[in-house]
Amino acid sequence: MTARTVQFLLDDKIVSVVPGAPDRTVLQVLREDLGRTGTKEGCAEGDCGACTVVIAEPAAGGGLAYRAVNACIQFAPTLAGKALVTVESLTAAVRATAVAGGEGGPGPSPRDAGNPARASGTGTRAGSALHPVQQAMVGCHASQCGFCTPGFVMSLFALYKTAVAPDRRAINEALSGNLCRCTGYRPIVDAAFRMTRLGLEEAQRVSLAPLEADKPAANGVVPLHWLLPPAASGVMPSGDPTSAAQASTVQASEQAVVDRLAAMVVDPMIAAGDGRRFFRPTTLAELARLRFEHPQARILAGGTDVGLWVTKQYRPMGDLLWVGAVAELARIESSAFGLSIGAGVTISAALPALERLHPELGGLIRRFASVPIRNTATLVGNLANGSPIGDGAPALIALGAVLILRRGDAVREVPLDTFYLGYMKNALRPGEFIERVRLPKPDPGLLFRTWKVTRRFDQDISAVSAGLALDLEGGRVRSARLAFGGMDAIVRRASGAEQALIGAVLDEAAIEAAAAALAVDFRPITDMRASAGYRMRVAANLLRRLLADAGPERVPDLHEMNQEVA
Amino acid sequence: MSERPHGVAPRSGPGAPVAHDSAHLHVTGEACYTDDIPELRGTLHAALGLSSVAHARIGSIDLDRVRAAPGVVAVLTARDIPGVNDCGPVIHDDPILADGLVQYVGQPIFIVVAATVDEARRAARLAQVCYEPLPPVLGYDQALEQAAFILPTVTLERGDAVSVLARAPRSLQGRLAIGGQEQFYLEGQVAYAIPLEDGTFRVYSSTQHPSEGQAKVAAALGRSSHEVVIECRRMGGGFGGKESQATLPACAAAVAADRLGRPVKLRYDRDDDFLITGKRHDFRADYRVAHDADGRILGLDLTLASRCGFSLDLSRAVNDRAVLHADNAYFLPAVRVISQRLRTNIQSATAFRGFGGPQGMLAIEVVIDDVARALGLDPLEVRRRNLYGAGERAVTHYGQTLDDFILPDLIDELVISSDYAARRARIRVWNRGSRWVKRGIAISPVKFGIAFTATFMNQGAALVNVYTDGSVRVSHGGTEMGQGLNVKVAQVVADVFQIDLDRVRIAPTDTGTIPNTSPTAASSGTDMNGRAAQHAASTLRERITAAVAQAWMVAPEAVTFSSGRVMGGDRSSTFAEAVRLAYMQRVPLSATGFHRTPKIGYDPVTLKGRPFHYFAYGASVSEVAIDLLTGETRLLRADVLHDAGRSLNPAIDRGQVEGGFVQGLGWLTSEELVWDAEGRLRTHAPSTYKIPVASDVPAHFDVRLYARGCNLEESVHQSKAVGEPPLMLPISAFLAIRDALSSIDGYRAPVHLDAPATPERVLAEVDRLSALRGPAGGQSRPDASH
Repeated sequence: MTARTVQFLLDDKIVSVVPGAPDRTVLQVLREDLGRTGTKEGCAEGDCGACTVVIAEPAAGGGLAYRAVNACIQFAPTLAGKALVTVESLTAAVRATAVAGGEGGPGPSPRDAGNPARASGTGTRAGSALHPVQQAMVGCHASQCGFCTPGFVMSLFALYKTAVAPDRRAINEALSGNLCRCTGYRPIVDAAFRMTRLGLEEAQRVSLAPLEADKPAANGVVPLHWLLPPAASGVMPSGDPTSAAQASTVQASEQAVVDRLAAMVVDPMIAAGDGRRFFRPTTLAELARLRFEHPQARILAGGTDVGLWVTKQYRPMGDLLWVGAVAELARIESSAFGLSIGAGVTISAALPALERLHPELGGLIRRFASVPIRNTATLVGNLANGSPIGDGAPALIALGAVLILRRGDAVREVPLDTFYLGYMKNALRPGEFIERVRLPKPDPGLLFRTWKVTRRFDQDISAVSAGLALDLEGGRVRSARLAFGGMDAIVRRASGAEQALIGAVLDEAAIEAAAAALAVDFRPITDMRASAGYRMRVAANLLRRLLADAGPERVPDLHEMNQEVA
Repeated sequence: MSERPHGVAPRSGPGAPVAHDSAHLHVTGEACYTDDIPELRGTLHAALGLSSVAHARIGSIDLDRVRAAPGVVAVLTARDIPGVNDCGPVIHDDPILADGLVQYVGQPIFIVVAATVDEARRAARLAQVCYEPLPPVLGYDQALEQAAFILPTVTLERGDAVSVLARAPRSLQGRLAIGGQEQFYLEGQVAYAIPLEDGTFRVYSSTQHPSEGQAKVAAALGRSSHEVVIECRRMGGGFGGKESQATLPACAAAVAADRLGRPVKLRYDRDDDFLITGKRHDFRADYRVAHDADGRILGLDLTLASRCGFSLDLSRAVNDRAVLHADNAYFLPAVRVISQRLRTNIQSATAFRGFGGPQGMLAIEVVIDDVARALGLDPLEVRRRNLYGAGERAVTHYGQTLDDFILPDLIDELVISSDYAARRARIRVWNRGSRWVKRGIAISPVKFGIAFTATFMNQGAALVNVYTDGSVRVSHGGTEMGQGLNVKVAQVVADVFQIDLDRVRIAPTDTGTIPNTSPTAASSGTDMNGRAAQHAASTLRERITAAVAQAWMVAPEAVTFSSGRVMGGDRSSTFAEAVRLAYMQRVPLSATGFHRTPKIGYDPVTLKGRPFHYFAYGASVSEVAIDLLTGETRLLRADVLHDAGRSLNPAIDRGQVEGGFVQGLGWLTSEELVWDAEGRLRTHAPSTYKIPVASDVPAHFDVRLYARGCNLEESVHQSKAVGEPPLMLPISAFLAIRDALSSIDGYRAPVHLDAPATPERVLAEVDRLSALRGPAGGQSRPDASH
């Protein structure tokens, strides 16, 4: 039951790697062990995206679900039983599956493939060795130094596989975790628009060899058609038999991957070369037992912060206890009373439910780190981590979130606003863990806003963040929950400001009284993100904005204003 | 496009928007960067141990724990360097490893060599260094008080600005702090040193300056240049940050490889890269300006101080360039520019795209803005009135006459295409109805001088080899960092031979092939190396022509090259056949080419003369919105018109303009370097240092090349350099933020805004202007009245 290797599907083969340590990263495995140097290290902290790869897993509704993730902070044992797609995979898929179309033989050299000046009129032909995402990047002149490019290609590939016709906002969001220092992004965004179209053309031109039912399992080799267009059968022009056949070929290939992954046995514990252990429980009971028996083991969820302890701080980590494979914790339960989100639910997975609970949460979550981070980070992990700025905590405290804590069989509930005891200290007892977070359904009369204030709109840590909720009745404030991040060593409520508002008519005078009370509630610090004075000023101004938003017209969202062509 | 010599090669010749020659390798991950080179057996990995204090004598270093750490093979200090412990590009004040004295937080003190990268980096943190602290010099005022200059102060004068100011009826003054900028190349500094036989070395280095790396590595090893080869296939971005700063890791890796007799690779961790390497200089500009009632500048007294860091590095040339760009596009009848170069205990500030030009330019643009606001005029109008003109108004403050000052025409075109006037009017109306969000709009021009101000560096060399199958391999002294230099050089060479671009391949840059190269910098890569390659190819073309003429018994003048063929009289052959014909006649099919930039030179003391070969021009209109509650800003729209002469490759050039614009936008808005009171850089990774992302670029980002562009000076096909000039285009975005701020008090009071325009700085100015405004003055509420 204990393995020394981590097995995952890479392209068409199951790969076994022996991680020297449980906290060895996917990027290290790729570059150092497997010699796959297309994936780059730019920052080793999940902030630049040069290391972006895609993980594919069986989707709930059949087929495969694709997630772009940062290989630099993803620990290798979390790959077990999954399919890993790197930039090399795309080329491999094109080369392996290219069957001559009308013209036969190799198409234009890759150097020509996307170049309008050199291949104008020819479009893309069968046999050209670039995936439509790559072709679009070349055709739009979307690389200069090229170092960030594989990461962009993989973020776009994930988008390509998950969105039919993404608009500019969706594209920018998909690219929120990728830094490019050369191009200024315009051509990359153009490539994102173009790749879908190229994919369609490619699907119509290339006829893939149909899969035989028994072929996928043979020799353990899975064909790579699943990496190719079409993105989804929904985008295929109706009535085109070639495309329909292609779509079914791609689907069959995806199913072959699903079957192959399902057939893999993943051990519940991986002992790394250095003797440290990576526990991988699959049930809640097992997790509770392990947590109880090994209270010193570090709980790992998405690892987007714990990963940095390794890659940036070189902290010795000891054993790891991963919650990411626990079935019960991957669930989101929705009821008339609200939402319950398990500790294994990624922020991306939680987004639709949170947005349904309150539209303001959608806006917040879309600014929560970047897509690759949200694809691995969990909402509960963010709360457990207890960052003083914590994107999730202010909003969830304002909405009255409650944590469900478990220690062995014992379960207790702790309101989120009493969970944090001090800087990086919380109410968890030894052997205890957060099982899930429960969010009550907001009252229809609730005025709720949540904001991040940052130097950069996407993927930035807030100088100040706020979750502000006022329960209004006839213009009067019945109750108030005003939670701020970046104002203290923990995210917490502004009790003085709340008291200033409760019972008052919501008007300028009341808000000014609350704003004044903030100066008593908080003594923020000055650091590299902002001065104490700025933090105080902005916290007060966010109360003013709340008042403005209570009026007939919302304060315009600056960040939406640049997304339309004038 | 315009006419081309040798006829037009429509698909790939000069003027064709050909893709980057490595584009297909970038998108597949096959492009090989230094860290991707398959490692030789026995390769070891190095990490550097860094100073944690800004200024101290090293009392003692205890490296026992480092040596005992898992995987560690060796630990080396300054004493282990067999040759010269220096990697300074100009003078010898830049130790590879600190020897007894540390001068900034992050300065390398020792090298750890271990079996793996991870082991080396973990071990590097285990040293016990006993520092005997010395007082550090960090701030401007402190440096000035202590007369901590790294170079003597330089003054450039024309006329008598001081007395013009003394008697001027209208004058104003101000101070502007201009932040530095981290290059943030996505590929960090890296070098891989391989000891070869008989004491020779090959060092793969991600560098813009292979020859300097070669010289410094040789000196550090106590060897000669002919024993060291530096090779660079490509960099994952440079932006100036790998001009001088790439030398240290190359030297350190080579010293370790020499000591151990094994290949050693040194790749900086991103945080170490931030801490060790220099950035764009931050500046402080103090100005007094005299002007007339129409906004014309009569006299300017400008002091530009910069924090140069602990060593000289390239600070002389950077500061010179700042002084030489303090006019930007404007005629300054009487001017005094004082340039103070401060020695401070931080990273040694270095080259970064623009190289001092952006700082000088931002200062004068803010001055013009202030003048316009003081007079209640449209800043565009004041800019136009001050633009260079004809006669004596065409002479810069350093005495160079502008021969092709196209900005009036270029600005006119942009004003129309961007709909500047109508939008400006609409924004003013819109602002009256918007309480919490204000918009602003501004236009700014760019005039950027092309050439190294160090005149001797304006030389380029190339080697062109033609093989008997008609394929061509070109080596040149430039390095590829994404800017498209190689494809441009290939286009130029393909054009000379009139062959398809696929027949030309550019070799990795290698000091064994092209010696004594200048850095790929100062936007001059194509100008110098393209020209050199053109010369070399032309030499070969002449030789092939002569051989063909002889064989076919036609006059050489009758031999032509076109579309992959060579023709003469009634004979015709493929290019490859013509090459073979020359080969059979024992004609050498390898030639070097050389280029020295003509007509340049200036006095390094007075800064007077003709430092630049020519100028590149551009202009942009930016529209922004600012949030009065948080100080956040957003670029809403940008329109750019840029002069690349006759563009060699419009696709590449557009990419340079767009990329430069966004990089400059980051410099002026979100990218803030923060050092604490102990001199520690607190923003040392992308988590804390924020360069622009995709959503920061507006949907309306209209970038065009100036269609009437042409270089009057001798250049490759009348093209103009395009690497650096676009970085300064987004000064209009900074000015637009000032315009939006100005709306708060009805466009009356001067706006004080330092760069970068972070939300904190913008909010502070919102509050200051709100307090000034009308009856609500005194309160600090940011609710602008109308």
